[in-house]
Amino acid sequence: MRARTLPLTRQRSGGGKPFARKALAVAAVVSLGTGLLAGCADDGGDDSSGGSSSGEGKTTITLGLFGTMGFKEAGLYAEYEKLNPDIKIEENVVERNENYYPALVNHLTTNSGLMDVQAVEVANIAEVVGTQADKFTDMSKVEGVKKDGWLPWKWEQATTKDGQTIGLGTDVGPMAICYRKDLFEKAGLPSDREQVGKLWAGDWNKFIATGEKYKKAAGKDTFFMDSPGGLLNAVLSSEKEKFYDASGQVIYKTNPAVKAAFDLTAEAAEKGLVQSQTQFQPAWDTTIANSKFATVACPPWMLGYIKGKSKADAAGKWDVAVAPKSGNWGGSFLGVPKSGKNVEEAQKLVAWLTAPEQQAKLFKVQGSFPSAPAAYSSPEVTGATNEMTGDAPIGEIFSEAAKQIPVQVIGPKDQIIQQGLTDNGVILVTKGKSAKEAWETATKTIDNNLDQ
Amino acid sequence: MATRSDIAASPVKGGAAPGRTPGSRPVDKDDRRRTKLSRRWQRDARWSPYAFVAPFFLLFAAFGLFPLIYTGWASLHQVELTAPTDMTWVGLKNYTRIFDDDFFWNAARNTLTIGVISTVPQLMIAMGIAHILNYKLRASTFWRVAMLAPYATSIAAATLVFVLLFGRDYGMINWALGAVGVDPIGWQDDKWPGQIAVSTIIIWRWTGYNALIYLAAMQAIPQDLYESAALDGASRWRQFLHVTLPSLRPTILFTVVVSTIGASQVFGEPLLFDPNKGASGGAEHQFQTLGLYLYEQGWVNQHLGRASAIAWAMFAILIVIGIINQLISRRLRASS
Repeated sequence: MRARTLPLTRQRSGGGKPFARKALAVAAVVSLGTGLLAGCADDGGDDSSGGSSSGEGKTTITLGLFGTMGFKEAGLYAEYEKLNPDIKIEENVVERNENYYPALVNHLTTNSGLMDVQAVEVANIAEVVGTQADKFTDMSKVEGVKKDGWLPWKWEQATTKDGQTIGLGTDVGPMAICYRKDLFEKAGLPSDREQVGKLWAGDWNKFIATGEKYKKAAGKDTFFMDSPGGLLNAVLSSEKEKFYDASGQVIYKTNPAVKAAFDLTAEAAEKGLVQSQTQFQPAWDTTIANSKFATVACPPWMLGYIKGKSKADAAGKWDVAVAPKSGNWGGSFLGVPKSGKNVEEAQKLVAWLTAPEQQAKLFKVQGSFPSAPAAYSSPEVTGATNEMTGDAPIGEIFSEAAKQIPVQVIGPKDQIIQQGLTDNGVILVTKGKSAKEAWETATKTIDNNLDQ
Repeated sequence: MATRSDIAASPVKGGAAPGRTPGSRPVDKDDRRRTKLSRRWQRDARWSPYAFVAPFFLLFAAFGLFPLIYTGWASLHQVELTAPTDMTWVGLKNYTRIFDDDFFWNAARNTLTIGVISTVPQLMIAMGIAHILNYKLRASTFWRVAMLAPYATSIAAATLVFVLLFGRDYGMINWALGAVGVDPIGWQDDKWPGQIAVSTIIIWRWTGYNALIYLAAMQAIPQDLYESAALDGASRWRQFLHVTLPSLRPTILFTVVVSTIGASQVFGEPLLFDPNKGASGGAEHQFQTLGLYLYEQGWVNQHLGRASAIAWAMFAILIVIGIINQLISRRLRASS
């Protein structure tokens, strides 16, 4: 109202403001809107991760990794950059595979936002091989890559039925049994690793029998083994077939080996040989610190975990014995997606990173066990010891285990099935449910989870 | 504001020079320019509000409406997360299977019971705390800020701490219970302990927030109501029952609605309270809520079609709850 009485000049200049404001508003809307659309359409294409050449004429290769794979920590990038002055390496690490893998699947299915190199965990490799192989280049055709450079089962895991190898193996997790020498001695069991290995050689039932002997002598203060999940995993991983048959059918419910492993674990649980714990939970960590159990199924990386959770006085009290049957737990692959901008350079880098010499270096720094048998004779492996296990020649023990691991049929939903058997199955037996009830709960959960 | 009402008012007659006397004839050119300007103002006045609200609706369309519709479309198909574009039409199968999906109804029951055990005590405690804070206290701002602190904590951080507190073997709560002779409780193993523990996290987090809302409403109640009640000989408790509570009725209704919506979407607490690695909400799905079941189907098991159908079923349940809520509140309003 007041403005109406203003002189015209003022009025006009007053009227100019809304124009400016409107322009501003429109600009804001437009920029917001286009920004939004651009954000949707262009997923990680332009930033440094896109793998474009950097200003100095160098080619940047990007790696998408999870966890602590340790290439950088072992100085391998620096070494490669020295050998190839035109190459610059950048890595993008997601800490947990549970967070890394769904994003990777998303990027693969939409074919955007992929790095030049992507890591895949062994738990997911069957699914990637089965559903995403056409997005990856064939690593078996890369110069210098030979099939027999890797453990045969490791190579098979990343290879499709038509012979395309989507990724090269980095590390593996050959399993042994880590045990507490002091607790074994207290329970009147032998503590020398040769003799301990003989207690249960070749048969998981003998392992349980040893557990019963242990329990009789040790009483209620400590348990023979860390968790039902750890035992079930160890038994299952030493089988040739577990949840899928060679034709890709789900057979977990009818496979006698799976039922036997489940029943064996349930028996151990009923007899009180395993703790009522879930691995990698805070309470389980505490039982490591408090020295509450005598054995744990143990790939090389587990020694690092135990070290991280133990009190200082536990150092040197552990030792490593051969498991009743060898199995694998963990390990990864490096693949090169087709959509990358530097496919050829990326393939060269992967071939170099997974070569025996580099795997041996990685083992020394990171404890990731090599998947290339040629590395097993290197001084880094043969001379390896660990703070937790004193002077035990862990390199030799794990090399021996790695060579005996069977070529196991793996399937896309292995993880869901095993998790059902563990977290909705055998753990219930430690809480007073019968083995039959536990099996029913587990299978009902798994069947519902598998049903599309 | 003055400028804006001016713009809106002046173009009504199409003339833009009410301040001028009709005697002095304005230049033709100037006049035309002014009509042009005024037409612009007119357009401005009519359309700029839409431009101002547009960002929200653009965002809503991209991140609200589109996913909603797409979820509905996906729910009629068999789709896997590994190949989201590869859809197989299955009609209403994903919906009909919900009827005999034990896990869905188990999750629905859990959502309801966790909702009740968390919401009812939460609102009652909030009311009590608000009543106390409403008195003259020393350092009242401190108490009020302290009440809101849990609300400002992230769910993940809070839940991880509660997982440690509720640990079976080394948890502080079992340790305290043990000191008074109670056997250790497997908080994550059994149904009721699990649900009570999850509810505790929710109560801890939201009580202060509701208390502040009640407090704000209480301070708006006119003091003379209390005075006259006191003159009539009403005790403090009577005053609370007959003055405070009736005046708070709309506020209570608001908090009930908000808490119900929150309770139907409980997700982070049971996910992180699960001692297992998955999203099954305990070994026997003791505290798996609908939100968690949806997540498990979609992201752990990778069945996008099934997960979408569950999402729409949850939506339908929420609408039913909304209608019931509406009926009750209309009743309440009619009776007052």
